[in-house]
Amino acid sequence: MTSHAHDSHDAGHGHGDHGHSPFLAHHFDDPEQQFDSGKLGIWLFLVTEVLFFSGMFCAYALYRSLHPEVFTFASQYLNETLGAFNTGVLLFSSLSMAWGVRCAQLRQRTGLVICLAITLGCAAMFLGVKAIEYTHKWDLGLLPAGEYVAQYLQEPHHAGISPWLYYLSAVPALCVVGFAAWYVMAVVKGEKRTAEVAGPMLVTALCYFLGVFVGIAFQNAEAAALAAEHGIEAHATDVHGSDSHSSDDHGHEGSADHEHDAASHEGTKLVSRIDAPVVPGEPTLAAVDQKGGAGIFFSIYYCMTGVHAVHILGGMAVLAWLLVRATKDHFNEEYFGPVDYVGLYWHLVDLIWIYLFPLLYLIK
Amino acid sequence: MSAVATEPTHSHYESNEADNFLINSKGFLSWALTLDHKRIGLMYLVGVMSAFFLAGCLALVLRTELMQPTGWFLTTQQYNQVFTLHGAIMVFLFIIPSVPAALGNFLVPVMLGAKDVAFPRLNLGSFYLWVAGAIFFLTAMLYTGLDTGWTFYTPYSTQTRGPVVAATMGVFILGFSSIFTGLNFIVTINTMRPPGMSWFKMPLFLWATYATSIIQVLATPVLGITVLLLAAERVFHIGIFDPQYNGDPVVFQHFFWFYSHPAVYIMILPGMGIISELMSVHCHKSIFGYRFIAYSSIAIALFGFLVWGHHMFTSGMAEVTTIVFSALTFTVSIPSAIKVFNWLATMYKGTVQLNTPMCYALSFIFLFTIGGLTGLWLGALSTDRHLHDTYFVVAHFHYVMVGGTLVGFLGGVFHWWPKMTGKMFNDFWGIVSCWFVFVGFNLTFLPQFVMGSRGMPRRYARYVEEFQDLHQMSTVGAYLLGLGLFVALGVLLQSLRSGKKAPPNPWGAATLEWQCASPPPYYNFQSPPTVNEPYDYTPLVYRDAERGWEYVQPTTPAPKTAHA
Amino acid sequence: MSLSGIPLLLADKNSSFWFPAKASTFADKVDSLYMYIMWISVVFFVLIVAAMVWFAVKYRRRPGYEGDSHALHNNALEIFWTVVPTMIVVWIFAKGVDGYMDMMRWPAETIDVNVTARKWNWTFQYPNGAISTELHIPINKASRMRMRSDDALHSLFIPAFRCKTDVVPGRVTYMWFEPILEGTYDLFCAEYCGDEHSNMITKVVVHKDEEYEKWLAEAAKPPEHPVAHGQWLYERMGCKACHSSEPDKRIVGPSFAGTYGTEQKMVGGEAVKVDENYIRQSILEPQKKIREGYQAASLMPSFQGKLDDQEITALTMYIEALKDGQLTDDELGKNEEKTTDAK
Repeated sequence: MTSHAHDSHDAGHGHGDHGHSPFLAHHFDDPEQQFDSGKLGIWLFLVTEVLFFSGMFCAYALYRSLHPEVFTFASQYLNETLGAFNTGVLLFSSLSMAWGVRCAQLRQRTGLVICLAITLGCAAMFLGVKAIEYTHKWDLGLLPAGEYVAQYLQEPHHAGISPWLYYLSAVPALCVVGFAAWYVMAVVKGEKRTAEVAGPMLVTALCYFLGVFVGIAFQNAEAAALAAEHGIEAHATDVHGSDSHSSDDHGHEGSADHEHDAASHEGTKLVSRIDAPVVPGEPTLAAVDQKGGAGIFFSIYYCMTGVHAVHILGGMAVLAWLLVRATKDHFNEEYFGPVDYVGLYWHLVDLIWIYLFPLLYLIK
Repeated sequence: MSAVATEPTHSHYESNEADNFLINSKGFLSWALTLDHKRIGLMYLVGVMSAFFLAGCLALVLRTELMQPTGWFLTTQQYNQVFTLHGAIMVFLFIIPSVPAALGNFLVPVMLGAKDVAFPRLNLGSFYLWVAGAIFFLTAMLYTGLDTGWTFYTPYSTQTRGPVVAATMGVFILGFSSIFTGLNFIVTINTMRPPGMSWFKMPLFLWATYATSIIQVLATPVLGITVLLLAAERVFHIGIFDPQYNGDPVVFQHFFWFYSHPAVYIMILPGMGIISELMSVHCHKSIFGYRFIAYSSIAIALFGFLVWGHHMFTSGMAEVTTIVFSALTFTVSIPSAIKVFNWLATMYKGTVQLNTPMCYALSFIFLFTIGGLTGLWLGALSTDRHLHDTYFVVAHFHYVMVGGTLVGFLGGVFHWWPKMTGKMFNDFWGIVSCWFVFVGFNLTFLPQFVMGSRGMPRRYARYVEEFQDLHQMSTVGAYLLGLGLFVALGVLLQSLRSGKKAPPNPWGAATLEWQCASPPPYYNFQSPPTVNEPYDYTPLVYRDAERGWEYVQPTTPAPKTAHA
Repeated sequence: MSLSGIPLLLADKNSSFWFPAKASTFADKVDSLYMYIMWISVVFFVLIVAAMVWFAVKYRRRPGYEGDSHALHNNALEIFWTVVPTMIVVWIFAKGVDGYMDMMRWPAETIDVNVTARKWNWTFQYPNGAISTELHIPINKASRMRMRSDDALHSLFIPAFRCKTDVVPGRVTYMWFEPILEGTYDLFCAEYCGDEHSNMITKVVVHKDEEYEKWLAEAAKPPEHPVAHGQWLYERMGCKACHSSEPDKRIVGPSFAGTYGTEQKMVGGEAVKVDENYIRQSILEPQKKIREGYQAASLMPSFQGKLDDQEITALTMYIEALKDGQLTDDELGKNEEKTTDAK
């Protein structure tokens, strides 16, 4: 009978019968076919992701070509130090992810758990830094076009940490408490596996706050440095500042420095004193810093980085799932597909950031 | 060997009755949580047909309202909401998932000779995304009434009071349902083909599905980001599409049509795939120009990405862009023409069986030809300036979408109904339904060409009196069309109650899905089936006893069985 | 086709079965290309359907007939029916571009009309400053529309001229045409723009040269009588699109008829008398006090800077004159000028 022939063919071809690999789905002939399907599937998914972002890249290209001056102007409000730091964090997470795939292939269970934990931690740190960047801009009114309030239109002074940051950090804070409790319980009960999940998750949640602190530290340091620099310049430009039209004046200020509010919480009221030297073509800067002008840059900035951040969150969810499976020792030489697929996804998310960073932060 | 030769194929027929996928497990959860592609396909079928019923009723409401130039029982606002609902439900909930998700899910693995799609859980997930999107979409629209038209053109969609954000989220979710279905089919066709199933032994329906899936995977994400940006525009005023904040509405149109034009091919390509199967099987004749039809599917899929600008000839695009888009638009007409000619040539010297599926297939060719040819007027720039956004366009795309996709879908449903349910339907009443649909459809939409070229703009709740006669003709046609569809539904439902039991292969088809029982067992094929030429009818023998055909393996010894 | 429709379609001697009157220079090329494509299509369609029917009859399954089931293939045939349609569509494309270029290139001398589209009416402003809600143009001269939109997308469509162009907010779009046939034709909005889209219809009046000049001169001056002036503004400034002048007829906003002097409840619950001051405020700051029941419809733009004091007074007097629900000749000062636009 042919059916017999096929059955024996199957058994011979597959690296084992169905009992051998518990994760071989019934409709696949062998693990190889399953792996290939998954691989093709994830690549196609990545294609859709690229196209998903491509819509926003098109919008970016279009509006930048239409209003190049708006982009150069508005980009100055972005903190490239934090951007660069986040780029490094993501690159490192890509490394740990790739290492994790290797661990899975070599059946190094502990190594895989550690790599996944590092990747998760980096992701959380990235989000922490991002939270600092976002809340800072919200405070300054650097919002999408329709809500955009030019910086000079309001009193930009605020001391300490933005109230927005407290709201944003509420969920990670809850996570810290929850995971800590979970971890302690697991340790007390002596459930080693559970502890191996809860521990990294706790570290992940803490890494968010690490990111937040790093962000604040960078901002403060930079603001202090700029304040010192501008303190010297202030005298030279004081005359100019007082006699020119007020919005013009503030236009310079905005272009010169977006950090003075952070600086101001050191007690010096710098707002009126900080002023940049006159740059040729300055009036256009004042002109673009108006409702709907620079706002378009921030629209695109929030859309792109926001959707990217959602992808990071999604990545964290699947990484956590992998972590659970890794502690259960699911992955081996023959079955490491899920780790590989998530790895590819993670590299793509990283890659998109690598494009976003120069396109948004480094165009001034 | 020759004595045993019939055994292998025969063994596929002799599946245990209890393995029948419809009854192998019972209870609500066995359906709701099923991973069986056939059950998921059937659930989709019920879903899309319900959506179609709803949107079809709305169409009749619209047509009835248009009996009088000054309106009858709807306010202009209500009319706008009803036409938006009609279009949006038809497009997003019916036409796009109709053939690929409902018939495709059922057929792709069986035709391919696989046990299931590559990712059964993702497949179930797609179905629930469809359900979620549908609920989201429908409640959003019924709640206060969406009135943007299905195209969501800005800035109207950022100004209107309707629930645009909720509706766009519904579209977003439905889009992902569509993407995952497409992704699943591509992977299935690439990696799950059994030994011997080479690309050019695949039935043409699979080629069409493959081409469709490529479009779904490549185009739908752009729709996703477009509706997301639209929602952001409405909530945060991001100023990308809204001129009030220096955005540009034409950018929205580019984004939107970059998806939605290829989506037209998501709608029509699978219909063409069905017709290729139907023409060959019911003419009992190998398909003429297999490779030309296969390649033309791929060509349509690729060219389809380059022609979105023809929806915007009057929107003030640059002249050069407009001309280039016009030229590219004409290139798409060629592969479609090739298909029509090949279908006709397939009939030549065949044995034409004028049963219900074949009648629908012939209607498809008739109607799709009109739909395709009227595209020439709209692709040509000077005539399009006149005809754009008139009833001519309405008639044109209904000829393609209804005359093409819907009629193809119905033909496919009738053709595979015995396979899906194990029941034969009443052929006479099936043909009657086809005649009603055919006549009613033409009566509805032919007058609209005249109205359009005489200048009746579309989406008008009230109109100039001179068009009243044509509108009334159209309304009468619409009721006839609706009647035909009810007859078709009645025929199908009646077959479930009292239809004869269907043999495994009632039509004498050579593709693999007819080599397993009707309905198929849940595992489709106990062992990978012997792959044969999909359109080679010589090995088929008619068996009077079971009133069906049997595939008798050619007597040449098959190398596969040799080492058994 | 039912025959009953045809007599009505042919009622206008200038229109044919397929087309309205050929009233512009574009009509010839558009119509002839239309008919060329039509005949090409008819030939193809008849061939396809004839072959289909013939095959279906000749090769139908019947006792004693054995069809051939073998694969047929013929590359020459495939290439033939690929190449022939390709050549035909290239020709159609070229003809289409030819007609299109005519529509895109206006002559050096044009009469420029500024067109403003808004929900849901049109305003046409002529070189001498006259404003009308119907488009008036002279025959045999090129007129160019400079079009902008106040709100959503619209599209100016004149079937008799065979042309249409979208009116896009945030952009200025142009369209030109040269009428060749005197008469009055429909002008539609062809891009869906919301509730009253299908009522965004007006007329194009094609005049003889001297009549056009006369009309233009007349249209440029507003009526002297204040109530008539108010009505004149009501028709021109877009009030008409949302406020009816018939009692109890609601378009979008409240009707102007029968409201003056009444006490109306506002959204906040406060009652306000509709008097000169309230009307003035509603024109300048429409969102300030919105009448109960109309909050959802309050899309009215401010007319600050668009109307001067005299004009606001005129409008107020017009609304006052409407308080009994209708206007008499007496109230209009028996002013003949109110009919200027209707010519």
